[in-house]
Amino acid sequence: MPRPNAGLLTRVAIAVAVIAILPWVVPSFLVFDLIYVAAYTIAILGLIILTGMNGQISLGHGAFMALGGYVVAVLAHSAGWPYWIGVPLAAIASGVAGLLIGLVALRLAGVYLALATFSLAVATPSFLKHYKSITGGFDGMSLQPVQAPAGVPLGGQQWLYYVAWAVAGVVFLLSALLVRGQFGRALRALRDNPIAAVSFGVNPYFYKTAAFGWSAVLAGIAGGFYAIPTAYVSPDTFTFALSITLLIGAVLGGISTFWGALVGGIVVEFLPLVAQQINAAAPGVVYGVALILVMMFLPDGIVGGLLRLTYRFRRAPPQPALESSTPSAAPVTVGPQSRE
Amino acid sequence: MHDLAQQIVSGLAQGSIFASLALALVLIYRAMGIINFAQGELAMFTTYIAWQLTQMGLPIWLAFAATVVVAFAGGVALERIVIRPVERANQLTIVIVTLGLFISINGLAGWFWGYIVKAFPTPFPTTPLQIGGVAFSAQDVGVIVVSVVTLGLISLFFQKTKLGLAMRAAALYPEQSRVLGIRVGWMLALGWGLASAVGAISGIMIAPVVFLDPNMMQSVLVYAFAAAVLGGIESPLGAVVGGLVLGVVINLLGTYVDAIGNELRLAAALAIIVVVLLVRPAGLFGRVTVQRV
Repeated sequence: MPRPNAGLLTRVAIAVAVIAILPWVVPSFLVFDLIYVAAYTIAILGLIILTGMNGQISLGHGAFMALGGYVVAVLAHSAGWPYWIGVPLAAIASGVAGLLIGLVALRLAGVYLALATFSLAVATPSFLKHYKSITGGFDGMSLQPVQAPAGVPLGGQQWLYYVAWAVAGVVFLLSALLVRGQFGRALRALRDNPIAAVSFGVNPYFYKTAAFGWSAVLAGIAGGFYAIPTAYVSPDTFTFALSITLLIGAVLGGISTFWGALVGGIVVEFLPLVAQQINAAAPGVVYGVALILVMMFLPDGIVGGLLRLTYRFRRAPPQPALESSTPSAAPVTVGPQSRE
Repeated sequence: MHDLAQQIVSGLAQGSIFASLALALVLIYRAMGIINFAQGELAMFTTYIAWQLTQMGLPIWLAFAATVVVAFAGGVALERIVIRPVERANQLTIVIVTLGLFISINGLAGWFWGYIVKAFPTPFPTTPLQIGGVAFSAQDVGVIVVSVVTLGLISLFFQKTKLGLAMRAAALYPEQSRVLGIRVGWMLALGWGLASAVGAISGIMIAPVVFLDPNMMQSVLVYAFAAAVLGGIESPLGAVVGGLVLGVVINLLGTYVDAIGNELRLAAALAIIVVVLLVRPAGLFGRVTVQRV
């Protein structure tokens, strides 16, 4: 994955600078939106590692966000614990859940995992409604709005903005270190040709479960930051649509690069706001059509498309990651769908 | 006992709706190895078409028939236009494309008809039926009859007609079928048409119960997944049996087990999916496939 080089460092520096300056130049309601962009970006990064790099299709990552969001909310609401304790605990809780579900996922190949996680996403709000004594049921829970610590000359939302993006920066760095070198190679090998990977000594149980756990950690953190800005959670905060939104972000942004998470986060936060001006139902139509068109013509999403555009002026085009797993390259498919 | 009998019949009625949608999923899975995540939304959309037709003054049964025809044509068209180009792509691509269909169909329904819940006219009489001294809802009995007839017709079509045979051949042995002059691509499109027609029937059958709204089929789709997985996702008979068993079990669990109640019915379906996939991935009627490496 990303090997530190001058180009990459420049791009990272530009991104950091833009993120640092933005709250001072945009209207304050946009700061609020940009906190959500951070939350989406963190969660989508997890999905890119799990689904893009490791090939485990999760349509249910909203469930981990729900877990993270509710851990933060319940601790704050019932025990009065501050958010800076709640969010790390949300990450741990979600990570443990991710490891457990990852163990189950080991036995569900390909499309079966998609089917099971889809069902998980649809069922999540009913869990939240059922355990009323903990979650507040249908009505949800109200929380305290964020205040900047004493001595910091920032408004609550601005403070939250910087914390959220600082956390995003840390998880990007940790993820980049994690998937560099051997770990990342093992993940991709297990995606492209599991049997060959195992023959070369890659332990599928360890790597696939670890990928699931880490992506759940990210989703849990994202869930926390998804709940805090409005200081309110309810089962409707974490519907099935949220899980699908994460996948849309990953696919449209570009499911094979980390930058896709950032672009995807921006797209899923702002595209609906724009499309809603046409019709309340327009975001769905735009998303759906965009997903289909991207899969047909731009399998690496917006970032992949931009990369190809820039490489056109240089020498070798980059290898699109998704093409490496076409049936011809991977003759072995797992599950009852092959009839040979 | 009367209560139990009523609950079982009402479970069978729900189950036969799950079975129809599960059969739609199985038809496509058998033919192409694709799980069509948009199957429920297709059913929802076609149910809106039926509603629109009744609003325009058509009698409900005529609207029903017209809708099934429209659904069939729509299914064929979708396969040709949207699925065909990605048919040979990897699983992730196909999952995402069917999800794209899911989202856009859902959005279109909201665009055309709005998100306000609408009542859907029931095609069945509203007076209860007295059978053996127990009053059953005519809706429940009617749903079971319609579903059984549908499933029977589908089965006859595949077993007794030449076109049905060609479709089965195209699904199982595409290369050989092509050599024999079967137009495999069109057979797959016909499969999508049939699946979409069966799905439309499930939508029209459940709409009077759950009311018409763009998200009405999402939980039904999860139940249909559970039914298909339980029966074995390659087996049409399995989908039917799985759907009926699931309908009865879920209804009895929801009614008599307080810990599950109304809200955790979906969770029970999720549990069934996971347990079956872990313990017996081929389901009740599926074949265990062995692979050469």
